[in-house]
Amino acid sequence: MNVSLFITCLADTFYPNVGESTVRLLDRLGVRADFPEGQTCCGQPAFNSGYRDEARDVAKTLIESFEKSEYVVGPSGSCIGMIHHYYPLLFEGDSRWEERAKKFVSKSFELSQFIVNVLGKQDLGARMNAKVTYHPSCHAMRLMGIKHEPLALLQNVQGLELVDLPFAEDCCGFGGTFAVKMHEVSGAMVAEKAEHVKETNAEILVGTDMGCLMNIGGRLRYEGAPVRVMHVAELLWEGVKS
Amino acid sequence: MSVKPAMPLKERMKHAIADETLIEAVKKTTDRLEGGKLASSEALGNWQEWREQGSRIRSHVVQHLDYYLGQLIQNVKKRGGHVHIADTAEHAVQIFLDITKQKNAKSVLKSKSMVSEEVHLNKALEEIGVKVLESDLGEYIIQLFGEAPSHIIIPAIHKNRYQIADKFSAISGEQISEDTPTLTAFARRKLRQEFLEADIGVSGCNFAIAESGSIVMFTNEGNGRMVTTLPPVHVAFMGMERLLPSFEDLETFVNLLPRSATGQKITSYVSVINGPRKEEDLDGAQEFHLIIVDNGRSNILGDDEFQEVLNCIRCGACLNVCPVYRHIGGHAYGDVYPGPIGAVITPLLRDDMKVWGDLPYASSLCGACTDACPVKIPLHDMLVHLRARKVKLGLTPGWERMAFRMYRGSFANPGRYRLSMRAAKLMVPFMAKDGYIEKGPLHMLGWTNARHFPSPAPQSFREKWAQLSAELEGPKGGDSK
Ligand code: SF4
Repeated sequence: MNVSLFITCLADTFYPNVGESTVRLLDRLGVRADFPEGQTCCGQPAFNSGYRDEARDVAKTLIESFEKSEYVVGPSGSCIGMIHHYYPLLFEGDSRWEERAKKFVSKSFELSQFIVNVLGKQDLGARMNAKVTYHPSCHAMRLMGIKHEPLALLQNVQGLELVDLPFAEDCCGFGGTFAVKMHEVSGAMVAEKAEHVKETNAEILVGTDMGCLMNIGGRLRYEGAPVRVMHVAELLWEGVKS
Repeated sequence: MSVKPAMPLKERMKHAIADETLIEAVKKTTDRLEGGKLASSEALGNWQEWREQGSRIRSHVVQHLDYYLGQLIQNVKKRGGHVHIADTAEHAVQIFLDITKQKNAKSVLKSKSMVSEEVHLNKALEEIGVKVLESDLGEYIIQLFGEAPSHIIIPAIHKNRYQIADKFSAISGEQISEDTPTLTAFARRKLRQEFLEADIGVSGCNFAIAESGSIVMFTNEGNGRMVTTLPPVHVAFMGMERLLPSFEDLETFVNLLPRSATGQKITSYVSVINGPRKEEDLDGAQEFHLIIVDNGRSNILGDDEFQEVLNCIRCGACLNVCPVYRHIGGHAYGDVYPGPIGAVITPLLRDDMKVWGDLPYASSLCGACTDACPVKIPLHDMLVHLRARKVKLGLTPGWERMAFRMYRGSFANPGRYRLSMRAAKLMVPFMAKDGYIEKGPLHMLGWTNARHFPSPAPQSFREKWAQLSAELEGPKGGDSK
């Protein structure tokens, strides 16, 4: 099995630990991953803002850099969702790229989806004594239909107390450029999300997407709330290695 | 009609967010509606199949709109009704004013109709001195406040009962208490007299059945029945696309619409109106007019990216789940249709991206609307398509175009990407504190008004990669501890 990592631009720049945890976890599961260095970003910021030509060029760069891979795995439902949902549309009618884009779609997976559905593993032998709550990111949940995969992985972490997040499925207000362009309403949305996180009294907020976690984590820190924010990969790796 | 909101979207939003009473009222009701919807759709079973079916029927109608409109018109006429086609809002109003003049009408009584809001009927009537009264409780309330509806189904969603009691007390000169039965009883008492005096009754039309020429209305208060039967003339306003082929198709929507809208299994009344009163009928208006309103709808027909939006049955479910709607309420959208459906349909109906092109940005693209829509309209995709259209028309600001050109410049080129990430990192020591930026240039972008921003990691993943992969490749390899 030839697995390549798609470490999103956000994880690459701000959260390299998420990438590192991802590789180490996969390695622990017997999957050796490579990291094609030509990759940068999925193009979502431009696409969602309406800049299709710009998004297309960035998407081409990504497709090219994974041309030889059998599987592409990334720790973000949002970026993988962009690929699955919008790459076919982006290259529709382009005889040179349409096929390549579709091939790329069929081999790319979000991390938890890959571990649970492709590798068929749910119990990674992790343990951690902590009270944790889980925020399901919109794009993982709605664009990719990833609902039970991250929960299955978390439920199998020994010692973990998983508490329900009230209004879990409400968007945290990130939405990429939305957080800047419509920052007033985005700010109100993240404030509400942070309220719900605090209500759970969890020590850790866990998610599958660093965009949302950067947003909610940034809000929690702004409020001085002592909640740690972790990507599923980080939590699992921390639980496995200890 | 060139309608222009008084303030830009950002300003409207800011005002709304600051209005705590409004937001609290909106959140409370939308939560209740959403909860009701989940429970009632689950109780039905096979919700996804019902949605499929609904979507299929609606798409079929929209794809063959010419045919079904023709059939409907023929059948309404056969039953003795008058049919008018209005190309624009002004035209629709003019048709109605002509009827008013012809009948020498002094007072008009309305039940709920979003299309009549869309064409601003009330304003036109008031201008010529015809008394117009809303009989739906919610509509009646906002009429008293001199406001527009802020939700498709619950027009007065943004008011709480204390505000309503104050208003009722003010107009009646007596103290009205704020419990719901008292408020309803008061409105009922007030409206009763009017029912008997009105010259024309105006209603909306949830669906028109092409094969029979019938108008179908879903209502809860009984006012709809009275408006369409007591006054001598009944005029129904209908959006051009609100058709179903047959009563058989109606069954699907009798299930989908009330559940999606209010969480009810069925509404209190499902009224079917078949033209004017016939000799053997016990009640009904003597004269029936149907005004079919285009007002921008035919622009959407044949447009691959947006045609499906005509499938909308105006249930409001997308509003109830929309986190943006829940934080700003309906008026901030600036026109008759709020929420995700409004953000899509207003720029399309108005056919003016210059004025309305900011609406599609009032969404985080979370997709909750698409998930909620009973006829499976991909609302969040349409929002992105609209943004792309705005970019294509050259209507986005110059700095933004520049920013995305730069984004392409560096992100479509791995070498340059590495360089620009490094350059960005050089700036950070001047701004960051404990790994976070709390103020600084991001303040101007608004991010740090509500949250802190992480500074880039000292070493990016790609900078770590060589070492990491060497370690994993090494003797300890796959089972490193
Ligand atoms: S778009 Fe869908 S959910 Fe929204 S009002 Fe129309 S039918 Fe209802």
